[in-house]
Amino acid sequence: MNARGIGKTVKSGDSDLVILRDIDLGVTRGEALAVLGASGSGKSTLLAILAGLDTPTSGSVHIDEQDIFSLDEDARAELRGRSVGFVFQSFQLLPALTALENVMLPLELTDIENAEQLASEMLTRVGLQERLHHYPKHLSGGEQQRVALARAFVVQPKVLLADEPTGSLDAESGAAIIKLLFEMNREYGTTLVLVTHDENLAARCTRSVRLAGGRIAA
Amino acid sequence: MRQSLRMLARDWRAGELRVLAAALAVAVASVTSVAFFADRISQALVRDAHQLLGADLVLYSDHPWGEAMRLRLDAAGVERAEAVNFVSMVLQKGESQLAGVKAVSESYPLRGRLRTAPSPGAPDAPAERGPAPGTVWLEERLVGALGAPVGSRVRVGRAELEVAAVLTLEPERSANFFNIAPRLMMNLADVPATGLVQTGSRVSYYLYAAGSPERIETLQKAVRPTLARGQRLDDLESGRPEVRASIERAQRFLGLTALLAAILAGVAIALGTRRFVERHLDGCAVMRCLGATQGKLVRLYAAEFTVLGIAACAAGSAIGYGAQTAISAALSELIRAELPAPGPLPAVQGFLVGLVLLLGFALPPLLQLKNVPAVRVIRRESGFPKGGTLAAYGAGLAALAGLLIWQAGDLKLGGYVVGGFAVAVLAFFVISWGVLRLLTQRAFVRLFGRRVRYGLANLRRHTRGNAVQVASLALGLTAVLLLTFTRNDLVDAWRRSAPADAPNRFLIGVQPDQLAAVQRFFDSRGIAAPELYPMVRGRLTAVNRKPVSAADFDEERAKRLVEREFNISYLDALPAHNSIAEGRWLDPKQPEVSVEEGIANRLGWKLGDELTFAVGGQSFDARISSLRRLRWDSMKINFFVIAPTALLQGYPASFVSAFRLPAGAEPAMSELARTFPNLTVVDVGAAVRQAQGVIDQLIAAVQFVFLFALGAGLLVLYSALVATEDERRREAAVMRVYGATRSQVTGAQRVEFLAMGAIAGLLATLGAALIGQLLAQRVFELDLPPSLALWIAGPLAGIALLSLNAWLSSRKVLRASPALTLRDSV
Repeated sequence: MNARGIGKTVKSGDSDLVILRDIDLGVTRGEALAVLGASGSGKSTLLAILAGLDTPTSGSVHIDEQDIFSLDEDARAELRGRSVGFVFQSFQLLPALTALENVMLPLELTDIENAEQLASEMLTRVGLQERLHHYPKHLSGGEQQRVALARAFVVQPKVLLADEPTGSLDAESGAAIIKLLFEMNREYGTTLVLVTHDENLAARCTRSVRLAGGRIAA
Repeated sequence: MRQSLRMLARDWRAGELRVLAAALAVAVASVTSVAFFADRISQALVRDAHQLLGADLVLYSDHPWGEAMRLRLDAAGVERAEAVNFVSMVLQKGESQLAGVKAVSESYPLRGRLRTAPSPGAPDAPAERGPAPGTVWLEERLVGALGAPVGSRVRVGRAELEVAAVLTLEPERSANFFNIAPRLMMNLADVPATGLVQTGSRVSYYLYAAGSPERIETLQKAVRPTLARGQRLDDLESGRPEVRASIERAQRFLGLTALLAAILAGVAIALGTRRFVERHLDGCAVMRCLGATQGKLVRLYAAEFTVLGIAACAAGSAIGYGAQTAISAALSELIRAELPAPGPLPAVQGFLVGLVLLLGFALPPLLQLKNVPAVRVIRRESGFPKGGTLAAYGAGLAALAGLLIWQAGDLKLGGYVVGGFAVAVLAFFVISWGVLRLLTQRAFVRLFGRRVRYGLANLRRHTRGNAVQVASLALGLTAVLLLTFTRNDLVDAWRRSAPADAPNRFLIGVQPDQLAAVQRFFDSRGIAAPELYPMVRGRLTAVNRKPVSAADFDEERAKRLVEREFNISYLDALPAHNSIAEGRWLDPKQPEVSVEEGIANRLGWKLGDELTFAVGGQSFDARISSLRRLRWDSMKINFFVIAPTALLQGYPASFVSAFRLPAGAEPAMSELARTFPNLTVVDVGAAVRQAQGVIDQLIAAVQFVFLFALGAGLLVLYSALVATEDERRREAAVMRVYGATRSQVTGAQRVEFLAMGAIAGLLATLGAALIGQLLAQRVFELDLPPSLALWIAGPLAGIALLSLNAWLSSRKVLRASPALTLRDSV
């Protein structure tokens, strides 16, 4: 994954607010990159642009040699479905679906046949074999994030983007999730981009960059 | 598709779609119940088309047909039959009963068959011809009422005739859906012996013709231009136009009510879909994130809603089918014919309405889902896409308005209904919005304690949403109040309007030479002698020397008035229960008339206009010297037109009267009928009871359809409340986080719902009272005093409904821990 000259400016009243300026970032296959920064430093916006969820004011992002912003929104969505997994701070599980169904969702969206079997195996892998048919509201925060991890890995993405994955968890559950995240990352050979303000977590990645004032500081 | 089905199953399980499906099912059930019923009626009309008239062609006249017409039919080479219809008392020992008499010639009916049975309830069989001379056939009801079994003898006028069979079916009867007096069929040859066809009796004369289509057509063309006033020609197309018209009107009314229920359901669907969309924004963002394209999302949800729509429409059709059997059961006494099973077309109609509702009200919000930005998963505030919604609803509303006007079958009527409904909804909304704003004015709020202040603050935050809820609740409640309180008030007002000493019998057909004898009869029995009014029957032929015909008028009632003969009385003094509204009372020496105010308005007559009436072969002119106001509900004899005695004395007249028969004097009436067989005594009480029975049945049928409207109204209410439930829960949670006690939270909610319930209840009461007054004045011509019960029950019903809701909702709010509620809503 390669980002070149990424800039993001938004209108704020009469003036322009610069969130990101001229960011170059490359991540090689299998690498784990941490993006550090204080609140408001532009971490989440960068992640959204890398995923093609948001569009930059300037610059380009290539995934597997493909310039993602030369694609329209729908083509980007298909690319995400094939190659990109997500883990969010607030889990983003669908409340109306059981754990199993949440994990099946990305498989069903790409019409994969044995979705239920794959999803059930993945939930077993994250240690939730007893919780397949529970709804998110009946799961603890740590359990919900495990379901989210299972959902992210079940399509075997090339790139996994994680936005403060432990931000909503206590220290113990957070540690367990991180352990699981890195294990699975190794297992599936996924490229990981992790946004966090936790220095310890960043230290476990192969490389880290720091965002400050919309620029890469180190 | 499989994915859509799975989504449907999951959303259903999560309870997201139940209100939507219920609203759709109610709408479809409401429309199909009426459509199925209408279909059965029109199938019956088509099935019976050939028997409907008892012939291929029927000539009707309100005076006897001349020999010329009979010869003309015979010359045309067609078969001919005749009948005479009139209403008369029939006597058997002590019992007397009003009957619809039909006297038929030997060859009647030319098409279709009569059916008779040897005794009530026994299997019937077709009869080759009508009753033989000297015999009558009685409808089962009449056999029962008179206690006159087959073999007994009954008196019809002066004639004594033998009951030969129970009449179970006659061709024309099957088309006569609305009938009150039971049938007595006799031979035409016996009519002179009864002495019943005399001056002043209202008799219908029929000539029937049947033959090859060419001959009938030639005959029809030849006869039509020669028809005089009061004569009519019915063929298969025009057959029984008055029956058809009244059935069509009833169907149209039911259909419109059904569609109004459907529109209410549409509102529930729109609210339900809106909530569905709001709850699925995150899910859609996640799906976009996981690779779903916009097109894919649209296809998924479109398929999900299509399947849901089909299932709900099917359920609705099934319910509608069930309800129509209930409607026809409720009307079984009125519809005196076997109805065939309904066809599949009404179900198609129901699906069409369901589809329009779904496309019109669910699609616009649903389409917004595809525009959810995927970045919402990271930044929640990337909120709800807007724009274009109103235009999209506009298309749905236009389609529905089109459906309504089509159902009304008339642009003007449809426009009134659509407009009236829109104005009512808008008025309810605007008033509730205004009142809510007023209640939440700072100056007003400051008057109360903290608990009330919190409640009123809630009202202010949700003003618009609350106004929608109040308006829809008010609509539903209006329907309920109209059906319960207003209806009873109207019936009571009608009953009360007749004073205790009001006459309870009408006496019709007294001949001039019987006057003295009749007076003596009453004197000798100790019954107050009735005042007998002379009556001459005349046809209006010209106004200010300009010929008049029914075609000059648009209004159905005006047409009928002009078509018929007027009952004109002659008197020199103004009757006590009449008053002069305009002009002066008759000058006994001048050719003048006094006319009733209402008929003058209806027919466009003014003071000083000259009217020309034809009586028998002669005619007279008279100027209008006064407009009279009458009390129609006084149960006294009233006349539209009164002339001075000098003007009418030479014309053939009969006398009529209304009198009060004291309780226990009933046997005197049977005696009266025996002594003067040509007289008809109508028991007003029985007639009122019969009419009441008819009205009750109609109401029972209409009530089914109103129930759907009420159901739809409640669904709107429910979905409107549910729509704000999440927000209320979050607010309550925040209040509790900051230290509000449970009772403070419930107290605030109670104040909010109480205020809304009271406003909705008052609005509904106002609506029901207004519609009630409108009905009383325009339709029933009654004074309806304001009903205390309505003004108490209406607001209370509103408060009770919303209090129940407040209780249920606060239980839900308090059951969940505030931390959980807040975490869910992050």
